[in-house]
Amino acid sequence: MRSHMLRNVASAAGLLALAAVAASAANTVQMTGAGATFPAPIYTKWFNEYQSIANVQINYQPIGSGGGIKGVTDGTVDFGASDAILSKEQFDAFKSKNDGHDLLTFPTVLGAVVPSYNLPEVSAELNFTGPLLADIFLGKIKKWNDAAIAKLNPGVKLPDLEIVVAHRSDGSGTTFCFTDYLSKVSPEWEKTVGRNASVSWPVGLGAAKNDGVAGLLKTQPGALGYVELIFAVKNHLPYGKVKNKAGEFIKADLKSVSEAAAAMKEAAADTQVSITDAAGKGVYPISTFTWLLVPNKFKDAEKGTAMKNFLSWAVTKGQDQAEALDYARLPKVIAEKVEKRVALIK
Amino acid sequence: MMMEISASRRIVNAVMLTLSGVCTVLVVSVLFFILGYLLLHGVSSLNWDFFTKLPKPSGETGGGMANAILGSAKVLLLATLIGVPIGFLAGVFLAEYSGKNFAFAIRYVVDLLNGVPSIVIGIVAYTLVVRPMGHYSAFAGGTALGIMMIPIAVRTTEEFLRAIPNNIREGAMALGATRAKTIFTVVIPAAISGLTSGMMLNLARVAGETAPLLFTALGNQFWSNGYLAPIATLPVMIYNYAIAPEEDLHQQAWAAGFVLLTLVLIINVTARLIIARGPAAQRR
Amino acid sequence: MATSPSYIAETLGRRTSRGFFARLRGGDEIAYLVTLACAVSILLIVGLIVFELWFHSRATFTAFGFRFLTSSKWDPNADKYGALPFIYGTCLTSFLGMLLAVPLGVAASIFLAEMAPPKLSNFLTFLIELLAAVPSVIYGLIGIFVLVPAIKTYLVPPLKSAFGYLPIFEGTFYGLSFLSAGIVLSVMIVPFIISVSREVLMAVPTEQREAALALGATKWETTWDIVLPNAATGIFGSIFLALARALGETMAVTMVVGNSPKISASLLSPGYSIAAVIANEFAEANGNLYISSLIFMALVLFGLTIVINALARIFIMTTQQKGSQA
Repeated sequence: MRSHMLRNVASAAGLLALAAVAASAANTVQMTGAGATFPAPIYTKWFNEYQSIANVQINYQPIGSGGGIKGVTDGTVDFGASDAILSKEQFDAFKSKNDGHDLLTFPTVLGAVVPSYNLPEVSAELNFTGPLLADIFLGKIKKWNDAAIAKLNPGVKLPDLEIVVAHRSDGSGTTFCFTDYLSKVSPEWEKTVGRNASVSWPVGLGAAKNDGVAGLLKTQPGALGYVELIFAVKNHLPYGKVKNKAGEFIKADLKSVSEAAAAMKEAAADTQVSITDAAGKGVYPISTFTWLLVPNKFKDAEKGTAMKNFLSWAVTKGQDQAEALDYARLPKVIAEKVEKRVALIK
Repeated sequence: MMMEISASRRIVNAVMLTLSGVCTVLVVSVLFFILGYLLLHGVSSLNWDFFTKLPKPSGETGGGMANAILGSAKVLLLATLIGVPIGFLAGVFLAEYSGKNFAFAIRYVVDLLNGVPSIVIGIVAYTLVVRPMGHYSAFAGGTALGIMMIPIAVRTTEEFLRAIPNNIREGAMALGATRAKTIFTVVIPAAISGLTSGMMLNLARVAGETAPLLFTALGNQFWSNGYLAPIATLPVMIYNYAIAPEEDLHQQAWAAGFVLLTLVLIINVTARLIIARGPAAQRR
Repeated sequence: MATSPSYIAETLGRRTSRGFFARLRGGDEIAYLVTLACAVSILLIVGLIVFELWFHSRATFTAFGFRFLTSSKWDPNADKYGALPFIYGTCLTSFLGMLLAVPLGVAASIFLAEMAPPKLSNFLTFLIELLAAVPSVIYGLIGIFVLVPAIKTYLVPPLKSAFGYLPIFEGTFYGLSFLSAGIVLSVMIVPFIISVSREVLMAVPTEQREAALALGATKWETTWDIVLPNAATGIFGSIFLALARALGETMAVTMVVGNSPKISASLLSPGYSIAAVIANEFAEANGNLYISSLIFMALVLFGLTIVINALARIFIMTTQQKGSQA
C-alpha cells in the first residue's frame, strides 16, 4: 500500500515538474542566432539585458560571420550576424532556399579593426600605414626592425624579432573588413589575395574567432594580428595607429570610428557599404558597420515580432551600452532608417 | 650439464627489464600527471558560482557553467534512450537467436560503426536531424551520441550474455518457459551486473565526446527548455573556453575539465570493480 | 557445443507443441522479431551513414575527380579545393604519434605481461586503461596549456641545436605544430597498444616460456626470441587499432596543430588534419562545393579507418587462431 502511494506521489511530482518546464517554455519566446565574433561582446550583453526587459530569450552563438550567413541561409538558426558585406550570390542563395523571401540586413553598431601586436620591450604605440600592413601580411616584410617600420616610428627601438603574422582560420567579417582595407591601399594585395571573409593567407598562423587571434597575440612574442577593438582592450593588448587618407596617424576609438561613418553621405537602404579608408579628418581607416541578418518572414510570427521589437530597442536604448564597450553608435540618420525598416519584418 | 649464464647476457637481461619497467612507469605517471594538473588548476576555480550561474556575456569575467552541466546530463539521457535499447536488443539477438553467418555480418557492421570517427557521426547527424528540423537541438546531439553508443552496447550485451552457462537456460526451459521468457527473466538478470557496468563504461566514453556536438547541439548561453533547442554541454564549453584569450575562462575550462574527468573516472572505476567482483569473475 | 543457444532454439523451441497464439503470448515471435529488427536497424544506420557521406560529396567528385586528393590548393574564396594538405597532416601526425607510442607501448606491455608480478601488473593495467577513458578535449586542454609550452621550452631548443640542419626541424617553432599534435596523439593511443598487446602476450602458452627457460635462456631472451614472435601478429593488430583511432582524432589535434593548410617537411611548422578542418570549417561552409569538399574528406577518412580496422582484425584473428592451434 505504502509503495503504491509513494509511486503516485512521485509520478505526480514528475508530471508537475514537466508541466512547469512546458509552461515556462510556452511563455518565453526563444530564438537562436549565430554569426560574427566582432560584435559578440555587445550582442551577448544586449541579449542578456533584453531578456529581463521583454520575455524574449535570444541565444547568440559567435561562430564567425561565415557561419552566420550559412546558418540563416540554411534555416538552422533564426537570424545571423555578419560584418562581411554579402554578395549578390549570397542574397540570391538565401532567396532560393527560403521560398523566395528576402534577407534583410540591419546595421547595429560600428566597430574598428586594429593592428595589435606582442612586443614586450616596446612601450610606445607603433604607427602603421595600409601599404606597410599589406606588405607584412604578404610576407614581404619579415622582421620588426625592418627599415620600413623604423621609418614610420622614429625613436622607437624595434627588436630584431621575426614578425609572426596572426590571422583568422574561420570565415570572418573582421577579415572581410581588414582585407577590404588592404585591397584599397595595396594593388598587389588586391591582385594576389583580395577581399573576402576567408582568404588564402600567404603567411602566418591561423586561429578561430577574434578570441583565438587575441589568444595568439597574447602568447606569441613578435606576433602581429588584426582584431576588433574591444578584444585588444579587454585583453590588454597594445594596438597601433593607422594612417588615414588625410595623412594622419589615428588611433581607433569612439570618435575616430564615428567619423568614418559620418563621411558617408549617401546611405543605401540596407547600408551594406564599406567605410574603410574613408576620406576626412580624424577618420579611423579600418572601421566597419556590423549587421544583423534577418529573414523578412519568420515561420513563427511571435519570433518576427520579438525581432522587430529587439531591433527597435537596440538602435535606440541599446546604443548607450554599445559605447560603454567601445563600439561607436550608429549615426542618427541610419538609426532612423533602421527603425523604419524593421516594419519589413513579418 | 648446467650452463652458466654469461655476465653479458645477465646485464642485457637486467637492462631490458629496467627499461621496460621505466616505460611502464612513464605511461602510468602520465595519468597521475593529468589528474594532478586538473586537480591543481581545476579545484581552485570550483566554487558555488560554477555550479549555479549561467555564463557571462562575451568578454565579461565571472559566471559559471550550470546550464552546461544540466545540458550534458540531458543530452546523455537522450543518447542512452536512443542508443542503448537498440544496441542491447541487437546484442540479445546475436547472443540468443542468431545464426552463424548473419551474426558474423552484424558483428562486422557493428565493428565498422565503432570505427567511424566521431566527427563523421556529427556530420551525418547534422544532415539527418538538424537540417530537416531546421534548428540545432539537444535531440540532434543525443542522436549523434546515441549512434556512438550502439556498438559498445551490442558488444557488451553479447559478451555478457554468452558468458551465462547454458545449464541456466536449460533449467528454465525444462520448467516450461518459452525462449523469450528464459532470456528476459532468467538469463538477463543473471548477467545484470556485467550489463550495467558495460553500459556505465559506454556512457563514460560518450560523456566526454565533443566533436559530434559541435554541429548538433551548438550551444546556449541560457537554460535550454525542453529537448528541441540548442543546448550548452560541458565538453563544448571546455573547448570554447580553452581557445579563448581570457585567463578567467581558462580557469573555468580547468574546473569543467576536472568535473568531467572526475565523473568519467568514477563511472569507469565503479564499472570495472563491478565486473571484477561480479559473478562472471567468480565463475572463472 | 551440444547445448548451444541455436541447438536449443531448433530442438526445444520447435518441438514443444504449442499453438501459434500460445507462442505469441509466450512472447517468442515478438522477441525474435524485435531483436532482429534492432540488429537490422544497425545495418540500416551504417548504410545510411555511408549513403549520406557519398550523396553529399558528389559535387566535389564531379568537379575535381580524384585530382581533389592530390591538389594542395584550399581556397574557399576562389572555390578551389584540394585535400592534400589535410591528408598529409592526418598521416604525418598519426605516423609521429605511432612512432612515439609503439616502442613505449610495446615495452610497457612486455613489462606488464612478462616481468611484473601479477598483482602489480593488474593494478598498473587498470590505471593505464583509465588513461584510455580520458576524454579527448581534456588531452587538448593539457596539450595547449602544459605540453606545448613544455615542448617549446625544453624539447625544441636542444633538438634545434643538435639537429637544426635537418629539414624536419627547420623553421621557427610557434608551439602549435605537427610535432605537438604528434606528441599529444602518442599519449592518447599508448593505452590501446598496451592493453591489447598485454593480452596478446599473456595468451602465448606458458609451455613455450618454460621450454625456453629450461634450455637456459634469460627472461629477456625468452621474451624477445620466443614470446614476442609468437605474439607479433597480435601486436601488429593492436598497432593498427591504435592507428585507426589516431587518424580520426579530432579535438586534441585541432587544439594544438596550428590550423594551417600548408604542406611542410618541417615537424615544427603548423599544419592541419582532415578531422580538424572539418571541425573548424563545417559550420560556416557556405556553398555546395565547399561543403561537399569537406564531406568528401570525411568519406576518405571513413574509408581509411575501415581499411585499417579490417587489417587490425585480420591480424588479431590470426593470432587467436594460432593460439588455439598451439
